Amino acid sequence: MASTRVEHAFSRVGPGFAVVESVRVDQITPRARLGITARLILSIIIAFVMLIPVLWMAMTAFKARPDATASPPKVIFVPSLDGFIGLFTNRTQLSAAALAEQQQRTDLNFWERQTLARGMRILGPSKFVSQLSNSLIIAISSTILAVTLGLLSAYAFSRYDIPGKRDWLFFILSTRMLPAVVVTIPIFLMYRAVGLYDTHVGMILLYTVFNLSFSVWLLKGFIDEIPIEYEEAALVDGYSRLQAFRKIVLPQCVTGIAATAVFCLIFAWNEYAFALMLTSEKARTAPPAIPANLGIGGIEWHVIAAGSMLFLIPVVIVTFALRQYLLRGVTFGAIRQ
Amino acid sequence: MAEIELRQVAKKFGDLWAVKPMDLTIYDGEFVALLGPSGCGKTTTLRMISGLEAVTEGRIFINGKDVTWLSASQRDIAFVFQFFALYPQMTVRQNIAFPLESQGMKRAEINQRVAEVVKLLEIGHLLQRKPPALSGGDKQRVALARSLVRKPACFLMDEPLGALDAEFREVMRAEIKRLHLAQHATTVYVTHDQVEAMAMGDRIVVMSAAEVQQIGTPAQVYHDPANLFVANFIGSPGMNLVPGKYVGDEVHLRGGSVYPTPPAWRPTLAARWQRDDVIVGFRPEAAQVSETGAIRGMVYASDLHGSYTMLHVSLNGELRPNGNGEDTIVHIRARRDVHYVIGSLVRFDLNPEMVRFFDPESEKAIAKEVRG
Repeated sequence: MASTRVEHAFSRVGPGFAVVESVRVDQITPRARLGITARLILSIIIAFVMLIPVLWMAMTAFKARPDATASPPKVIFVPSLDGFIGLFTNRTQLSAAALAEQQQRTDLNFWERQTLARGMRILGPSKFVSQLSNSLIIAISSTILAVTLGLLSAYAFSRYDIPGKRDWLFFILSTRMLPAVVVTIPIFLMYRAVGLYDTHVGMILLYTVFNLSFSVWLLKGFIDEIPIEYEEAALVDGYSRLQAFRKIVLPQCVTGIAATAVFCLIFAWNEYAFALMLTSEKARTAPPAIPANLGIGGIEWHVIAAGSMLFLIPVVIVTFALRQYLLRGVTFGAIRQ
Repeated sequence: MAEIELRQVAKKFGDLWAVKPMDLTIYDGEFVALLGPSGCGKTTTLRMISGLEAVTEGRIFINGKDVTWLSASQRDIAFVFQFFALYPQMTVRQNIAFPLESQGMKRAEINQRVAEVVKLLEIGHLLQRKPPALSGGDKQRVALARSLVRKPACFLMDEPLGALDAEFREVMRAEIKRLHLAQHATTVYVTHDQVEAMAMGDRIVVMSAAEVQQIGTPAQVYHDPANLFVANFIGSPGMNLVPGKYVGDEVHLRGGSVYPTPPAWRPTLAARWQRDDVIVGFRPEAAQVSETGAIRGMVYASDLHGSYTMLHVSLNGELRPNGNGEDTIVHIRARRDVHYVIGSLVRFDLNPEMVRFFDPESEKAIAKEVRG
């Protein structure tokens, strides 16, 4: 919508031009055009300012270590894959003798030669791949669970007279009122007692519970907007309640499901505090793992940047794929269709 | 097709009666209109028949079979909603075929049935469109097609024309009536529009305040309203209701006119011993303006309706409503070619066949005793 307005302002409209689309006079006066141009430029500047940290991260990811820590910072640099090698491997610093010996070898691959140039040898793969896949497993499973359960309970809350409905809804919302930090210690103790500490199941369960309140509330809003007559029509047409839900309600709240899923996924994907406290080896997710690179032989900024960038990509892809639903998702309820 | 019977059916929401216990039998092939102001319980009654709402008391029978506790999908009924409830994500064809798919019908037979109703409703050109792209009238045609396609035992319609523009409403009214006559299907039709109910219904059930006020043919509810509510609600304007005192064989109307009662009514009215207050009711067309008319009043306003003039006559001779509830303005039909000056005196008589009397206390119509 906004883009068509801007197009009007710059297209040839006004007296003497054929009317292609109607336009309000106050949108094409020179002052209005100037205003629109100014707003456009301002938005571009703000967007750029907002994107600088992301851009900086992406640049750092491709810097060699000396470039990454150079002061003043380098904007123009020779790209390097050092950061990614550091992220995916464990390395050891070689002595001068060992270095000379290694340099004689001709069977080294591209990555090993790159590492050797820094005076290091690759010992083996790091845990990052498994941590990233932990993140994927936990985030995707908990999102599916939270959205499925949320959808069913939101439907029930929307369509049935449940005794104490408002209290239940408030209770569900209230589970999100405590900051995560407050409950991590008790949950840590409980998880250790029941053997859920450092397990995928434990993390999936936790993120599902955390996302459920959000998912119930958001989806209830979407289902409330679907007129009940559609289901009643399906009931009269010979369908059961469940069939009506599947054939009529579900297709109509795809938008809501997509929006809810993205929000849940982002939460589970980015969550740091619980993951730090409740996982160590087996189920450790990426967010607490990436800053752990701080420790190994000084601050490896280029490694951290490389990790952060890889970590960002899945969310960016999902968000981009579902962007049309998201816009509707964040403005839901604001406008009646 | 089917006969629907309601026995002492009632619905309570909390402590509030939505529908007080009511009896109603809708005969096979009959078109019954449930008529009443909003909130009178007519839609709740329809939803109870459909099974979308559970009854609080009573039983419902369709074709003699007790369906009180059957779900909507088991009752073999079709429901037409005010806002059409066409599934927005499906095309018109898919919408119409949807009820048949629930029965696991074969594709060829579904296509044939869809083709039949599409032809009947003349909506062939819309089949590939989606509901949001249709006009109100077309949406309702598709909704009707969807209800017809299954050949249900009966049709339940909840203000199906309420969401349409005036011009479509006329057209669709005729169309629904035509379909009813062609299909001869038992139909229950909810409306708040008494013109619609009068025009379409074989019988009308007038409801108000959760209660059935009268069940009768359009002519019965129009000419012989059972009580003051029906008298006032049916017709636009409603029946004129003038309170008065019965003295001898005359009624002294509020406003001072003396109306000699029709001889046929005298025994009935005289038999109401100990009671002398009565309400005289008459339709605008029952009045006949004449020089020697018994009832007189002052012209308060006059509206030209084309074929006739509707005169608003103040019986107490005041041009201003006096605000103490004593105003008695009646509507009478007069000739279109006579100009009535506001404030001028007018006299009229009542057609004795068309006068009705009501008991002010019970608000019920007084039945005329026929003596042999």
